[in-house]
Amino acid sequence: MSAPGTGGASGLDRVSGFARGLFDSRWPGPVLLLAALLGPFVNATPYALNLMTTTAISVMLAVGLNIVVGYCGLLDLGYAAFFAVGAYTSGVLATRFDWPLLATVPVVLVATVIAGIVIGGPTLRLRSDYLAIVTLGFGEIIRITANNLDVTGGPSGIHGIPGLFGGEDKVVFYYATVVIVALAVIGAARLGRSRIGRAWRFVREDEDAAAAMGVSPYRVKLAAYIAGAVWGGLAGVLFGAHLSAVSPGSFRFLDSALILMAVVLGGMGSNPGVVLGAIVLAVLPEALRDLVDWQYFVFGVLLILVMLVRPQGLWPARSRETPQDAARAVRPEVRA
Amino acid sequence: MNLEVADLRLSFGGLLAIDGLSFGVGENEIVSVIGPNGAGKTSAFNCVTGFYRPTAGRILLDGQDVSGRRPEQIAAMGVARTFQNLRLFGELSVLDNVRAGTHLWSRQRAIDALLHTPRFRRTENEVTDEAHRWLDFVGLRGDRAGPARALPYGEQRRVEIARALARRPSLLLLDEPAAGLNHSEKAEMTDLIRRIRELGISIALIEHDMGLVMEVSERVVVLNFGREIADGPPEQVRRDPQVIEAYLGRDAEDSEIAEIIGDGHG
Ligand SMILES: Nc1ncnc2c1ncn2[C@@H]1O[C@H](COP(=O)(O)OP(=O)(O)OP(=O)(O)O)[C@@H](O)[C@H]1O
Ligand SMILES: [Mg+2]
Repeated sequence: MSAPGTGGASGLDRVSGFARGLFDSRWPGPVLLLAALLGPFVNATPYALNLMTTTAISVMLAVGLNIVVGYCGLLDLGYAAFFAVGAYTSGVLATRFDWPLLATVPVVLVATVIAGIVIGGPTLRLRSDYLAIVTLGFGEIIRITANNLDVTGGPSGIHGIPGLFGGEDKVVFYYATVVIVALAVIGAARLGRSRIGRAWRFVREDEDAAAAMGVSPYRVKLAAYIAGAVWGGLAGVLFGAHLSAVSPGSFRFLDSALILMAVVLGGMGSNPGVVLGAIVLAVLPEALRDLVDWQYFVFGVLLILVMLVRPQGLWPARSRETPQDAARAVRPEVRA
Repeated sequence: MNLEVADLRLSFGGLLAIDGLSFGVGENEIVSVIGPNGAGKTSAFNCVTGFYRPTAGRILLDGQDVSGRRPEQIAAMGVARTFQNLRLFGELSVLDNVRAGTHLWSRQRAIDALLHTPRFRRTENEVTDEAHRWLDFVGLRGDRAGPARALPYGEQRRVEIARALARRPSLLLLDEPAAGLNHSEKAEMTDLIRRIRELGISIALIEHDMGLVMEVSERVVVLNFGREIADGPPEQVRRDPQVIEAYLGRDAEDSEIAEIIGDGHG
């Protein structure tokens, strides 16, 4: 992505070699976390804090959707539904029943798992192109339901949701969000590198070959779907607490599409990639604010350009074995 | 493991792909299924492994009727297979491909993975060691950390067999493992199949290379247009007039026959 300058091929090579070294190293994650923690020291205006908090929440959403779309290869066009389930469940319990927000989290977990099973259960047996349409439909159903129920406050939604710890300062809430999102990112990455994470990729790459190895495509997909639902639901809790309000307008198809865009832009299946994608998508429109009427036009053109230049995403997933794992090849008993 | 296929029938719409096939693979036996292109060999394997649902007939694994079960259920019973057209996970590393075989018997809890507990590390190391062990067994020379699609064709065939072996199967179905291999690679494949048998695994083999078939098989089943036309020891099958006719037509020269049924191997 860096300007090639006049260096020609060798310059480009060096840049991409440097970029690859950077991508493969361990420190982008810690550096990003440090930047997030230092953010409020640089700029703690309500505008900046709001943007940083929103960005962190969209990172969590992108990482959660990446489990479904990137790891497992299931096209989900209604991911905002789980975001909504989380936000409304905690919001309703906190405002109508006066639960502390943290106490709603176990209920949110149960609700999102159930939502994942209810939506995923029947649809995951479908071929993937049908799945996209059905998930799109479910996304709308959840939104329209929230729009029409009394308990969810109808079109105007729920107001007066307390903070995570009952009304903390915005900076404190931001730090809590960063910690939770960081744990969510690490958790998704670790799941991706485990037995179930491998099974997700086997199913994505070749369902038949996976089944021949005893991997049940249906169960593995359902597991991905439920994991995605949990990540999205917990992000929804943060979202409601951040705005102290939720309304159906936050869970449109456009919102699902934007989360998906973060995944595709960053690099499907690449955990660091989708983090980057979500940050770019959250921050870029703000950076283009001065263009006023042209803001979203330029935003769209830039996205198209990026996808043309890097269809695999900004930070694509690569199959990587640790040197230790690869080196196990030369085992003593074989050499003997 | 004991495989028994009884009066298997399979039709696709009007086409009868398999029309009454019966054969068995005994404990630790190698049985080959041969026949001209389109005879229904792969379809028969697909029925046994649950990818196709037979129209009629029974498939017994150690005496238990498994017809109609899904592929992952058949695999769970101890059956592994390879595919005629390689079906590796191309984008994934060679090691990951073989790790797929360990999915059924390795145990790991999500919570251990999330917390990176010692138990998680132990199970991961176990799975990685197992993958290396089978890659050593099949004699893979290429890069194990790189994506499977980067390997040459012959090496990919080995990876697919390593993946199936990592399943620790009792019955292994190989669909044309020597197709597209050169002469020396074929010899290595013959040796590999023998070594797999020495592990105590029963093998069903589809193969067009008659030299290989005659060399390793206990028994040979011959299919033609979905019908079974012969079943017996290699030396009997290769002299069966019906088999010779199926392969060459009625008026074949003796020299042609010798060439195709590998008489020269004695
Ligand atoms: N999924 C399918 N749908 C329709 N017809 C099929 C299907 N699979 C196989 N057939 C047909 O069944 C017949 C047997 O095919 P099969 O692949 O089993 O043959 P084969 O003996 O493995 O041949 P080859 O040696 O070329 O691999 C062929 O006529 C084929 O076209
Ligand atoms: Mg075939």
